[in-house]
Amino acid sequence: MPLGYLLRRLTVFLLIVWVAASVNFFIPRLSGADPVRERLLQMAAVGGTGTGTVEEVVKSYQAKFGLDKPLWQQYLFYLADMVRFDFGVSITRFPNSVAGMILDALPWTLVLVTVATLMAFAIGSLFGALVAWPRAPRFVHVLAPPLLTLSAIPYYLLGLILVYFLAFTWRIFPLGGGYKVGTQPSWSWAFIQDAAYHSILPALSIILSGVGFWALSMRGMMVTTQGEDYVTFAEAKGLRPRRIFLRYALRNAILPQTTALALALGHVVSGAVLVEIVFGYPGVGNLLYQAIRTFDYPIIYGVTFMVIVAIGLATLILDLLLPVLDPRITYHRT
Amino acid sequence: MTAVPLSLEQAQDRIGRVLRGLRTYPMLSAGLMLILLVLLISLIGPLFVPREGVQVGSAPPDQRPSREYLLGTDTVGRQILAIIIYGTPLTLQIGLIAGAIGLGVGMIFGFVAGYYGGALDHLFRGAADVFLTVPGLLILVVIATTFKGAVSVMTQALVVSALAWMYPTRTIRSQVLSMRERGYVQLAKLSGMSGPEIIVKELMPNLLPYLAASFVSAVSAAILASIGLEALGLGPQNEPTLGMTIYWSLYYTSVLRNLWWWWSPPIVMIVIIFVGLFLISAGLDQVANPRLRRAA
Repeated sequence: MPLGYLLRRLTVFLLIVWVAASVNFFIPRLSGADPVRERLLQMAAVGGTGTGTVEEVVKSYQAKFGLDKPLWQQYLFYLADMVRFDFGVSITRFPNSVAGMILDALPWTLVLVTVATLMAFAIGSLFGALVAWPRAPRFVHVLAPPLLTLSAIPYYLLGLILVYFLAFTWRIFPLGGGYKVGTQPSWSWAFIQDAAYHSILPALSIILSGVGFWALSMRGMMVTTQGEDYVTFAEAKGLRPRRIFLRYALRNAILPQTTALALALGHVVSGAVLVEIVFGYPGVGNLLYQAIRTFDYPIIYGVTFMVIVAIGLATLILDLLLPVLDPRITYHRT
Repeated sequence: MTAVPLSLEQAQDRIGRVLRGLRTYPMLSAGLMLILLVLLISLIGPLFVPREGVQVGSAPPDQRPSREYLLGTDTVGRQILAIIIYGTPLTLQIGLIAGAIGLGVGMIFGFVAGYYGGALDHLFRGAADVFLTVPGLLILVVIATTFKGAVSVMTQALVVSALAWMYPTRTIRSQVLSMRERGYVQLAKLSGMSGPEIIVKELMPNLLPYLAASFVSAVSAAILASIGLEALGLGPQNEPTLGMTIYWSLYYTSVLRNLWWWWSPPIVMIVIIFVGLFLISAGLDQVANPRLRRAA
């Protein structure tokens, strides 16, 4: 792999990390007020948690961010903290560290989003390829319009509909949460089974509304591929249609799809965050939602940073894998 | 140009041409029809449904749909029908404002990056790529929680527009790249037209259907982002936008309490809007790109 390509991709990744950190630093300062301090003062005024704790939080907060120092120095300290994943402590659940809370929630989101996205990608691509294939079975054309309509519904709204019918009315699936109330997360077989059962509906809402999106772009790709000379030649050779479909048309059409996957990740995660809220799923989306409701800024900033870094990393890996998968992609194009 | 009054035949001819155009592009006309339906509901609805129904406590709480309250009421005594009728235009308004800003900024960035190339191209394309990879909703959450307080429909539109420029930038840039070397652009350059002049007089008219399609997708993306933020509770608190309705229905666990008439109408409206906008933008793509017509 040429060094230049690797370096360029790494630069983009570092840029993404830098943007994520800077957004968290500058947007609050642009507003003129310091939201964290305001929130702390507000809590002190209410006095709900006892002034002792608030004083402690304020002190640790001010010492940590060195508020007396000039702005550029604060910025550098901030960047250094971010890179070390040091997001400070939660305001509402002091003294829990934000990094720890995110680390508890992140695996749930990662597994849910990865599995659901890959399934939506696989099913959607296959389906889209079939829609464009003249010899496709009939049911494909019957299913196409409803699937396309589903793709116009945001994930979480579809989730709401699924909860109502499959969990509330027919009680096939649990209403929400990541595992049975009263159990503790562990690596036992029973717990994993329970967690998988609870994740079916959230995953289904991501898959159902994702399939149409992938099918649509795959269909376009397949239409182009079918006009290619090598497909015509394969037909002329008398190869079996199944083989032409899988080995000649589909195989060449799927690769540009993978590029689209790298681009769509951010969008998918935005949707998944909201899905988690609908289902009360114990991932970062729910953590973020709780933090928004209590204006727990360190958590909001921490989640934003971590998720953006995770997506940047996933995109980086995909980008480095793509040229290996598809020799037609040159390293010189970004 | 002064308006010349049309003769009857001319008018008939025009209408006939529009109708034929609609038949040629079934996706476009189906989409326009759906959006027209939404607009009609929000234009005609206020004539029959008083605005008071939007206010908390204007009706008894948790009423099923009945003759008096056609779509029922929510837990704090708002009437769902009134919410839909007065909330839908607000959601559309947010989408239109943010989409227009996004397209405007995207056009400037896209045309400059595509036409001039070089360092400017690297800067704008790089920025667009970086922000496209990032989950926009989270950045919008940071913006919205920082500037919390009394969010109006206008501020909401501005917040959403902060991330509405990347897609237009990217797509317009790639279109401009393919047009830059065409004969008529070269000719314009030789005849001494300046860069901005070429962009406005030569490139833009040729990209018109394409820009229209970009605008529609930008509006759709802005509405998606806006209802996403609102579903998190980060929207205009006192306005009955569709997203805020979803937020309140989640907040008061309407699904678990079987208040289906509360959460389903906003979903239906949102789906109609998204399907309509999607069809319009796909239809405009067909107008812009004749090759797609055969594939359809």
